[in-house]
Amino acid sequence: MVGAGGVRLMQGNEACVEGALAAGLRFFAGYPITPSTEIAELLAERLPQVGGAFIQMEDELASMGAVVGASLAGLKAMTATSGPGFSLKQENIGFAALAEVPCVIVDVQRVGPSTGMPTSPAQGDVMQARWGTHGDHPTVAFTPWSVSETFSLTVTCFNVAEELRTPVILLLDEVIGHMREKVVLPPPEAVTVVDRKKPAVPPGEGYSAYDPGDGDIPPLAAFGDGYRFHVTGLLHDRSGFPTNDPEEAAYLLNRICEKVERRRARLTMIESRDVHGADVVVVAYGCTARPASRAVRMAREAGIRAGLVRLITLWPFPREDVARLTAGARRILVPEMNLGQIVHEVESAVAGRIPVVHLGKVGGVLMTPEEIFEAVKGV
Amino acid sequence: MKRTEIRLAGEGGQGLILAGIILAEAAAVYDGANAVQTQSYGPESRGGASKAEVIISEDEIDYPKVNRPDILLVMSQLAHDKYIGDLRPGGTLIADTSNVTPRAPEGARVFELPLTDISVNTTGRAIAANIVALGALVAATGVVSKDAIEKAVAARVPAGTVEVNLRALNAGMEVVRRPATGSGDAH
Repeated sequence: MVGAGGVRLMQGNEACVEGALAAGLRFFAGYPITPSTEIAELLAERLPQVGGAFIQMEDELASMGAVVGASLAGLKAMTATSGPGFSLKQENIGFAALAEVPCVIVDVQRVGPSTGMPTSPAQGDVMQARWGTHGDHPTVAFTPWSVSETFSLTVTCFNVAEELRTPVILLLDEVIGHMREKVVLPPPEAVTVVDRKKPAVPPGEGYSAYDPGDGDIPPLAAFGDGYRFHVTGLLHDRSGFPTNDPEEAAYLLNRICEKVERRRARLTMIESRDVHGADVVVVAYGCTARPASRAVRMAREAGIRAGLVRLITLWPFPREDVARLTAGARRILVPEMNLGQIVHEVESAVAGRIPVVHLGKVGGVLMTPEEIFEAVKGV
Repeated sequence: MKRTEIRLAGEGGQGLILAGIILAEAAAVYDGANAVQTQSYGPESRGGASKAEVIISEDEIDYPKVNRPDILLVMSQLAHDKYIGDLRPGGTLIADTSNVTPRAPEGARVFELPLTDISVNTTGRAIAANIVALGALVAATGVVSKDAIEKAVAARVPAGTVEVNLRALNAGMEVVRRPATGSGDAH
């Protein structure tokens, strides 16, 4: 069903699959769960066609473990889930962060906590994406607002994971995951693909999987290529073996967090519209940015000087950009499909200089433009 | 072109989400318009409420949901009772009278059509009622072209069922164009 000019009607989950394959995905392990199921369903069909592997594991814990293992064996690996499964994957996401295993985790958010509302949208996993696994760790997470952006951000997730040797999270939601929209996908040759750095030395000649050399990200050999190295969830030294040396431990934790922090500017994707001279700036992301965009137009038609900031990168939170883009505002409104998550980051970004008002909605129905417009009038 | 909002509502298993996909595909892929399709459904695979929404516009589509449909198709009494109040004033109601006794609001364009019975009479099965409904909807509103909806149906239905589904589509168009007494009463 491809029309003139490559036009297709495609679901967000489907665009995620296409983006993953374009980025070089060759391994998927998962346990299907609404509203992410189409991702597993489609990859079960598509991966064998490109010489990749699809495994439906016995549960979400095992799925995440399999993804880590496949990535260490040299394949670009991904899993997809929703809130309940995202909870179960957290331990192994932490393992991947500490052991520096590149991988992509897609969370198509539904109403939680617990089993919640399987078929209804929410944005309740934003803080879980940041702090769901214990201990200090780096987090990179992106959130799209359209089907075509789901394609491009999935590619970005893989590229960042490979370059930074770290897990990257794509936060979809039921609206964007299940929505079908008109898209034109770029031809494969137009997609930029990044691959992990491999060791410069041959096997047997002093490769260390955790020695970054002159940089801050060590090259990663694939198990099976002949290199001997050790991977552990314990704090480890540059050889990869466990250590209780306080200096080595602190060095490692700082290094894995700073490798993301140092690239904050390049990881930041943020859009704005009509913020210059705006009295009210609406800061929105994911599905909520769509009614927010309309609400800002409605407000301007009603003579209210309103602007829109759309967050695409959620983690690391683009605090400097949010502060800069809202600097002239008298009020900031943060609509979210939760009871207050990113609003706290926005408050922290403006550090009390501008009042920040939260508009939360839970219960499983996408916020309407009218609801946001009323809130814009009210602030 | 203005934004046209369409809601297709009934029970799980009636094929309304597929109908929504086909309609959106007709608009986006074959008519060159912008289209967004969303859905809401319960955890059940059959029974329970099911709803597909389609927005067709020449402009970019921001808010992807339908609050006040210009066109409302109802294929169960429950869906009718739940959504009839949302119909935009002067909007078009298409009710499957095989399952629904409609109470249309003042000023609405109303098509009372036995869609499921037409499906049974045309194809021998009730399962093509969603495609009959698409035919009726397109004939009644012209929201997509006849050519586009035919191509979209042919591209989406299971292999080996194209002919029977095109027959169902055509039957839906015919009942709007030439209503038989007591079945296709447009008023």
